[in-house]
This record gives sequence, C-alpha cells and structure tokens, in this order.
Amino acid sequence: MQQPVELPDRIEVGPVIDEGHSLASVSDKITGIVLKRKTTLGWIFGFLVSFAVLQNLMAAATWLFVKGVGVWGINIPVGWGFAIVNFVWWIGIGHAGTLISAILLLLNQSWRNAINRFAEAMTLFAVMCAGMFPVLHTGRPWLAYWLFPYPNTMDLWPQFRSPLLWDVFAVSTYFTISAVFWYVGLIPDLANLRDTSKKRWQQLVFGGLAMGWRGSARHWQRYEKASLLLAGLATPLVVSVHTVVSFDFAVSIVPGWHTTIFPPYFVAGAIYSGFAMVLSLMIPLRHFYGLQDVITMRHLNNMAKVTLATGLIVAYGYMMEAFFGYFSADTYEKFMIWNRMTGPYAMFYWTLILCNIITPQFLWFKRIRTNVFVLWCLSIVVNIGMWLERFVIVITSLHRDFLPSSWSMYWPTLWDWMTFTGTLGLFLTCIFLFVRVLPSITIFELRMLLPGARVKEPIAQ
Amino acid sequence: MSTHVVEYLHPIYGIMAEFETPGELVEAARRTREAGYRKFDAYSPYPLHELDEAMDLHDNRVSLATLVGGLLGCAGGFGLATWCAAVAFPLNIAGRPLISVPMFIPITFECTILLAGLTAAISMIMMNGLPSPYHPVFNVERFANASRNKFFLCIESEDTKFDREDTARFLETLQPEEISEVAR
Repeated sequence: MQQPVELPDRIEVGPVIDEGHSLASVSDKITGIVLKRKTTLGWIFGFLVSFAVLQNLMAAATWLFVKGVGVWGINIPVGWGFAIVNFVWWIGIGHAGTLISAILLLLNQSWRNAINRFAEAMTLFAVMCAGMFPVLHTGRPWLAYWLFPYPNTMDLWPQFRSPLLWDVFAVSTYFTISAVFWYVGLIPDLANLRDTSKKRWQQLVFGGLAMGWRGSARHWQRYEKASLLLAGLATPLVVSVHTVVSFDFAVSIVPGWHTTIFPPYFVAGAIYSGFAMVLSLMIPLRHFYGLQDVITMRHLNNMAKVTLATGLIVAYGYMMEAFFGYFSADTYEKFMIWNRMTGPYAMFYWTLILCNIITPQFLWFKRIRTNVFVLWCLSIVVNIGMWLERFVIVITSLHRDFLPSSWSMYWPTLWDWMTFTGTLGLFLTCIFLFVRVLPSITIFELRMLLPGARVKEPIAQ
Repeated sequence: MSTHVVEYLHPIYGIMAEFETPGELVEAARRTREAGYRKFDAYSPYPLHELDEAMDLHDNRVSLATLVGGLLGCAGGFGLATWCAAVAFPLNIAGRPLISVPMFIPITFECTILLAGLTAAISMIMMNGLPSPYHPVFNVERFANASRNKFFLCIESEDTKFDREDTARFLETLQPEEISEVAR
C-alpha cells in the first residue's frame, strides 16, 4: 500500500493580524484615527497639495467650456485622445476595489477584511474621476443627460445597440452599486463611531449615518444576507463593466481594436492596475498611520501575487494582439501592429512592455514582495505602464487611418495634461478626506479575524 | 458581578444581560429560547452565525426581495431597450431586425444588477426597521460597548413569559457580567 504523502504546511508570510489585539483594542485603534488623532501637519500638507492640483481640473474644465473640445489635442482621425485614455485607466483602477470587496468575500479570503473598505473607497473615487472624462468629451457637458433615456420634446430615444450607451448604463450602475455596497459595509462601524465619540456633533453625524444600528442578531442575519447578495451581484458587474468598456473598442472595425481578446484582456488589465494602485496607496497609509499590525506583510504579499498573476494575463494579451495582427493576413491589421512597434509611437509601446511585462517579473521573488519600498516603486511603475497601455491602444490604432491622406499625429496639449493631473488631484483629495473622517479599515470584519472571536475555534487538522 | 435593578414608574422595555465572550452569549441565547422566551434579542459587535441557530432565525425575505428586484430589472431593461428601438424610435438600417436581442443584453444585464442590488440593500435596511433614531436599548449606558467589544442579551417585556422578577432571576442563572433593566 502506498504511504500517504506528507504535504508541507502552507508557507505564510506572517499572520493576517498581529498578536496582542483584542476586540476593544482593534476598535479603539481604528476609531481613534478618526476621533482622537490630531490632524497632523503631514495630512494638512498632503491635502493642500492634492487640493491645489485639483484646481488644474477646474481651470482646464472652465477653459474647455469656454472654447470647446478644440483646446484638447484631439483631431480627425484621433478623435479619442486623453479623454478616453484616462477614462479607461481610471475605471480599471476602480476594479480592484470591487474585486477585493466582492470576489474575495465570496471566495472566503478573510485576509481581505483589513483592506476592503479602503479599496472600495478607492473604487468610488476612481469611478468619479473616470466619469468626468466622457462627460467632458461630449463637448457640451451640460447636455450630458441626453445620454439617458427619458421622454423629451425632441421625441428622440438613445440608441440601445451602441456600446457607448452600454457604457453609460454600465458605469452608472457600477458607481451606484459600489456606493451602496460601501455604505452598507460602513453602517456597523458608524455605529461604533457614534458610541465611542464624545462630542455631540460627532454623535449626531455618525448616529444619523448609522441609522440607529444596534448590532441585533436579527439585523445581523439580514445584513449578512444582503452583503453576500451584493457581493454576488457586484462580482459579475465588475467583470461586465470593463467588458463593456472594451466593447467600445472591440465592436468597432478599427484595426487593433476589433479583437475578441479585448474583454478578458481588459478585465485582467483593470485588476492589474487596480491592485497596483491599492499597493501604491496602502503602503504609505499603513506607514503614516502605524497600521502595520492590521495591514500586515501577508496582505502586501498576497496583493503582490495577484498583481503578478494578472500581469501575466496582460502579457498574454499583448502576445495575442501581436499574433492576431500577424495571423489575420489583413494588410491593415499587420500594418497596425508593425506601426505600433516601430512607428512614431514605438517609444510608448516599448516603455509599456518594460513597465507591464518585464518589471512585474521581479514579483516572483519573495524578497521583493516583502520589501515594502521596492514593492511600492514597482506598483507605481505598473500604474504608469497601464496608463501607457491605454494610450497605445487608443492613439496608435487611430492615428494611421485607412487612407494615408488622413494620417495624423496626436499630442496632448497643456489643457489635456491639466485635466488629467486635475483628476489625480481630485482622487487624492477624496482619499485624504476619507482617511480623516471615516474608518479606513472595516472594524467589525477585523474583529472576526481575532483569536477568540469565533464561538468555536475551527479544529486544526 | 453586580445587579442594578432600578424601579421605574413606567413599564420597562426589558431586562438586559451583558456577557464578556461570544460563546457565553450564544449559550445564553440558546438557553433563553429553551426556557420558552420568544421576544428577545442578542446584540454583538460583529455577526455571529451561531446565533442564527441558537435563536432559530431564518428570514429569507431579503433574498426573495432581491430576486424579485432582479427579475423586474431584467424585464424592465429589456423592455426599455425593445420599446425604444422598436416602438418609440424605430430606425430601419439596411433591413436589420428592430428587436436585436444580442445587442440589448448588456443593458438588460446592467439593469438587472442595478435593481437587484438596490433592492437587497433597501430591503435589508427596511426589514431591520432602520433608520430608527431612538431605541430603548440605548438607555442602558453600558450598551455603548455593544458596537465595540461586549455582548448583550435583552428579554423584552412584551414576551408573554416575561415577569420582572422571574426573568431577572433567570438571567442571573446565565452568569452574566451585569444585569440591567431597560427603560422604555
């Protein structure tokens, strides 16, 4: 008879939550950040810088409203410039939040408990930034409500066969459901803040937002069910949103866009860039707020692994794009991929390959995954790489039109850059406000990770 | 362990016992139910699935409402697309069918998720009776810890088996940290 093979224990990099914490200590630690911690100079400085950068958006949008979209670098044939590049980039960043909060909940990955609130907030803010671009790109943003089906005096209805309308429904649904999911998750923690705060106005604000939550078992039972249902609904939603975004490209007949690989490759790219962004934000957060005991090395290690895995899927996508171009035997497809690699934008393409395919390979090494500073630098490189990917997809496919007589180049103007950096400012401003006024870590889920939190500890096998 | 039994002129909401650990609360809830009490509730700072069993909780109305919401969203989304494209604003493009089902799927899907998700959240909040700005349990000062680190069980005076002295004595047998009467 064969001897049963001894499997080695799973190698874990540290626990999900450091030892020595109790129910009271985790609650007080996280609520203390909101209620007790003095607003530090660092926070004020960071907030002011972000808020100043946000003013770029205001100035650029004002000038856009005065002059029209001609102030941007777009032209014919490149009608989709920075607006669409940034839209796709921001939407993608949001996807990691939903992945962490919904998909990892369904997969019972309890390590996500410490990071999901922050990641979800990041989703909301990223979608806000993303939504800005198509609205501004319409040229007459004050008429953006025309995108929605409503009875109007013109007797017109939107075209339901257009991916651009699908986008409207997908992105607005995504924002609504993310906001609802986020708020539902906040309710028990808001109750904790209400009960812990000493100031009257804080009690009123948090009490009002908590809606009188009292932690009743009958409530928890429905609450858990609703959370699970929302997670179950958000999971296909997040996949559908970037699929629909990729349809904006794939349903057209432009060489370089019209490929079936786009939906899965876009979704993987979205999660890739999203996890990179979570790392870029989470590493400074845990450092400045001293949260190393709840956002442990295990979290960073796991997130780095997801980044690597999705990065490999993205690499496969690039390979397939090149292969499709070659294998299609279509003059335009072949030219497009050749032009992308050797044409006027070749620099962007090869930088993108360097950032998105070569750099993440370092994540194979545990020493790099557990080196916080190097990991942070890598995550920034991946963010830049993913932005370049969107730039390459949008611009190189358009700038060489079918007829050489309509060929042109696209270069962003000052106003393009100001709009883009302005949304970065908006994003960071929101993040700064969020970590100051709300608990950036889900306290009640953190409690469930504590030893002794379960009635019966699972029997070790 | 100390007991505060305050005499109130008005009838009370119930009697509340405080526990240190989740295990004690679940055990207390089980024994309270076995003792024949029905109108009681347990309060914990995080969900305890064992309580569902101990208190015999099985409310599936949130799931049902979500299903109905999802189906309405599905029918509504598809109906909207079909009505707009085929009735309100038909466009004949090279004789292609007006009701082009595959092209309506993305919007049907998004509407399904939107309505189902909103129904899940709203029905949960409404069935829980929230928002409720006032609730008697908050009259117990120590109840502020229910959202932090303590576990509570409250037997309500509306229970047919409730008796101010007997119930307090019964709660004593569960060995809580503290017992308090809850003002209405």
